[in-house]
Amino acid sequence: MGRPATAAVGGERIRVRGLVQGVGFRPTVWRLAREEGLTGEVGNDGAGLWIRIWGPEAVRARFRERLRAEAPPLARIEALEVESLGSGPAPARFSIASSGGGTARTGVASDAPVCPACLAELLDPGDRRYRYPFLNCTHCGPRYTITTAIPYDRPNTTLAGFPLCGDCSREYADPGDRRFHAQPIACPACGPALVLRDSEGRPEAGDPVSGALAHIRAGRIVAMKGVGGYHLACDARDPGAVPRLRARKERGGKPLAVMAANPASLERWARIGPAERDLLGDPARPIALLAKRGRAEAELPGIAPGLAEVGAMLPYAPIHYLLFHEAAGRPAGTGWLGEPQGLLLVMTSANPGGEPLVTEPDEAHRRLAGIADAFLDHDRPIAVACDDSVARLRSDGRRLLLRRGRGHAPRAVPLPRKGAPVLATGAWLKNTVCLTRGDEAHLSQHIGDLANPAAVRAMEGAAAHLEALLETAPGAVACDLHPDFPSTHLAHRLAEVRGLPVVPVQHHHAHIAAVAAEHRLGGPVLGLALDGVGLGDDRAAWGGEMLVVDGARYERLGHLTPLPLPGGDRAAREPWRMAAAALHLLGRGAEIETRFGHREGAGLLARMLEREAACPWTTSAGRWFDAAAGLLGVREVCGYEAQAAMELEGLARAQPEPVEEPGGFRVAGPELDPTPLLEALLEEPDPARGAARFHAGLAAGLAEWARWAAAARGLTRVVLGGGCWANTLLAGKVRRRLEASGLTVFEAEAVPPGDGGLSLGQAWVAVRSLEED
Amino acid sequence: LAHGGGGRAMTRLIEELFAAAFDNRWLAAGDDAAAFPAPAGRMVMATDSHVVTPLFFPGGDIGSLAVHGTVNDVAMGGGRPLYLAAGFVLEEGFPLADLRRIVGSMAAASREAEVPVVAGDTKVVERGKADGVYISTTGVGVVPEGVAVGGARARPGDRVLVSGTLGDHGVAILSAREDLGFGTELQSDSAPLHGLVATMLEAAPGVRCLRDPTRGGLAAALHELARHSGVGMRIREADLPVREEVRGACEILGLDPLNVANEGKLVAVCPPDAAPALLAAMGGHPLGRAAAEIGKVTADERGFVEMETAFGGTRLVDWLYGEQLPRIC
Ligand SMILES: [Fe+3]
Ligand SMILES: [Mg+2]
Ligand SMILES: [Zn+2]
Ligand SMILES: [Zn+2]
Repeated sequence: MGRPATAAVGGERIRVRGLVQGVGFRPTVWRLAREEGLTGEVGNDGAGLWIRIWGPEAVRARFRERLRAEAPPLARIEALEVESLGSGPAPARFSIASSGGGTARTGVASDAPVCPACLAELLDPGDRRYRYPFLNCTHCGPRYTITTAIPYDRPNTTLAGFPLCGDCSREYADPGDRRFHAQPIACPACGPALVLRDSEGRPEAGDPVSGALAHIRAGRIVAMKGVGGYHLACDARDPGAVPRLRARKERGGKPLAVMAANPASLERWARIGPAERDLLGDPARPIALLAKRGRAEAELPGIAPGLAEVGAMLPYAPIHYLLFHEAAGRPAGTGWLGEPQGLLLVMTSANPGGEPLVTEPDEAHRRLAGIADAFLDHDRPIAVACDDSVARLRSDGRRLLLRRGRGHAPRAVPLPRKGAPVLATGAWLKNTVCLTRGDEAHLSQHIGDLANPAAVRAMEGAAAHLEALLETAPGAVACDLHPDFPSTHLAHRLAEVRGLPVVPVQHHHAHIAAVAAEHRLGGPVLGLALDGVGLGDDRAAWGGEMLVVDGARYERLGHLTPLPLPGGDRAAREPWRMAAAALHLLGRGAEIETRFGHREGAGLLARMLEREAACPWTTSAGRWFDAAAGLLGVREVCGYEAQAAMELEGLARAQPEPVEEPGGFRVAGPELDPTPLLEALLEEPDPARGAARFHAGLAAGLAEWARWAAAARGLTRVVLGGGCWANTLLAGKVRRRLEASGLTVFEAEAVPPGDGGLSLGQAWVAVRSLEED
Repeated sequence: LAHGGGGRAMTRLIEELFAAAFDNRWLAAGDDAAAFPAPAGRMVMATDSHVVTPLFFPGGDIGSLAVHGTVNDVAMGGGRPLYLAAGFVLEEGFPLADLRRIVGSMAAASREAEVPVVAGDTKVVERGKADGVYISTTGVGVVPEGVAVGGARARPGDRVLVSGTLGDHGVAILSAREDLGFGTELQSDSAPLHGLVATMLEAAPGVRCLRDPTRGGLAAALHELARHSGVGMRIREADLPVREEVRGACEILGLDPLNVANEGKLVAVCPPDAAPALLAAMGGHPLGRAAAEIGKVTADERGFVEMETAFGGTRLVDWLYGEQLPRIC
């Protein structure tokens, strides 16, 4: 009952849409209302959050402003809709209504790093959560990776098996507490715990954090269970441990990510300016690709061999902070985090054999046997495996997401408009799946290459999980044109079982559509799609395409000059084959044996090229990069995907600008022919200068080609899509040239430009094609 | 050869050529149909059309291939092949000498296999309407008492065996067609397998599935068996028999030996306890000397065929829709 209602004042109903549930929104509203002296009520329902407030109009307006400005860190407001309630008797106080019925249509939040308040508790010897690795609050901690079902409530998280102690219950129930309705709330008395185990899986005595650090300091490899899965960790500065990790993981030359306590600890090896600092500190805590300093190659030799950049990230889970804290000698408070710290960890995903991430202890002990010397396990189950995200800065200072994982998944990408729900299954490499609901596209976390059964099962699981979390069943299934991708098979299987239409989408159409969707572009755009290969509608291997894309339709205006692909996909792994193909094209096939005589089969390869045997043609841009790398002697055989192109870019970056452009290119109507460029490189003795000249020449050619196409079609918007645009050096050069010509350029930002973003493009094309039917 | 409706000279020429080459009483009788006694038991029948470029290749030609292909299909049904019938489609202008050579090799293959060609037909079509010569063969055979092989009979836990090295035929054909100069080591494995099958069924009557991994290679054969039986397969790369020269050629050509055709090899699935005897019996037969146990059948409703790679990983074995299309993006 309480006091009688006060005198009549104005009231309004505010509807808040967006990511507003499970992120501490109600207590924030409660606090702001009380601070402003407003009365009323706040609650959750199927459409999001609703607020009823009563008070003077000016105060209510200030309240709305503060709501936007002071929204909790994990919330994302998409709309505030206000509806007057007229004037009437106001309630006496402000209260929180318990969750109403209806379906939560607001999505699940991404995982967030430890917030400053929790970090302070973690390192405060007087706090009851001092050094407790699973502390969190409504502003931080795991979300997507612990959610098993909706609505987002503790029983639907992997903490369901941990009943709250009295203290945690009180915090959970107190609207004034930072942990009010924090679903993963935990403390040492009632929550999950760490266990350190030896290589045989037997528990080791003592403090798990100090034990794990001792292993790392002794040069051993520790498998650490984190937020989205296990990492393999070792001392990045240990000259024995890093090669040992490489050898055991059979990783070849593929770069390893490192983790440092703070940006200052990285400055010795990487160039860090304000933009880099911001990127490292982003709530997604991505692996940021940072330009190496000169001494990195010598001091961290095995981390990112041959590349111009090193991938680094900051701590995000409490356990990471605890390791650095231990290494610093357990100082009290957080002050030490402002100083450079000596510990640098290799933190590489534990996904042996290219299979999905290891997530649980039993599996870790089995799959990482022979790789890890010890296991730092815990008993908070991981519901969704999620790799670290990888991001890079573009030359214009904006960010480019190269791998969309923890911290980004399952954040929705807003679409230009509403449409039918569509599931898209992606392609083959770096796969993701995408489910649309209304005007949102929900892209799964990075799943990996669909080369093994475990990855294919993970893809199926990711699709099913998205359907469950979004409570959305697709009305159509989109996939690639390639008949042999497991993603294509999945699409057909689902479509058959459920009686749905399949919408096959040409690969490069999807690449351009992904970027267009991200930028909410309607109407026709010019699409410059550059990647490895994707099947064309003529079943040829496309990959350097000039398209006009307009929703469900596209037209191939032109393409790069085709190159023979001697040995098919084999040539994508062996740039020397592409160099040989280029020599053949230049009429210099006789040089194949003189240049590559040291490679087994060089003579045979030359004959294959002459007879066009096992040499499908491709317009792939990636293969032109391979040819250049092969001819310049940069790389003959790749140890990992796109290695040659990445090394070529790295070499080119180190060259002073401006770069002299080599012999040029030909824009012969719809075809861009870079062969003169390669011919010029044949006489270039310095690989680094050659790499720079290749980039400069190709960018000039691409820009002229795009200008031709834009003029031919009267278009001014150019969309860059496809994996080659991960090359920010090339992208920057092309962008500057096109902008100087008055064209507007759109690049991928929050969705990877390569095949990791393909499912978004497929989904958007399918949505558009369903509209037209 | 001249094309044409039943030019008398032409017809006689071909009839004589065939009768002389195959030389058996059914053809000598000159009837349109061959009559023979039907043995007791279940009969099997198979038919296959043979189209190959080039027509002559190291280790065989389209003639021997047409006999082996159908004999093997009958044998994979668990049958002992008894009789063959052959239909020829010849392109006008096809050299008579080549036809003689093909028919001769076909007759030799049929004698070696002890399966006579008892009926035949020839059509000559206009130039450009066919590519030299096509041969269709149909075979009948009898399945011995107690034998029950079939593609739907594989069960989880069963073992998977192959009778010999993989990819020899496809690589030899490609090498001959493109004249890549791999040398003479590469030979088609084209051979009749019913003798080997008889030996196998004697040693292990419980054999569940037999399949000749022809077009699409071992990968296609395993996928077909997995699909028909509603199971998965898991094979080990390290145990796959592949000749060094075939492996080398596949490397450079970018082919996976698993997807390359064979014409004288078979895949067998048997219960685990029968595997040792079966493998021993295969190894003792001239056409099974390089036989190997390569993996097992798994319970997997999706029918995944997977392979433990030489590096300790696992990868999916592709069942290609058609030719191998580039896919690395
Ligand atoms: Fe692509
Ligand atoms: Mg056959
Ligand atoms: Zn917190
Ligand atoms: Zn507690």
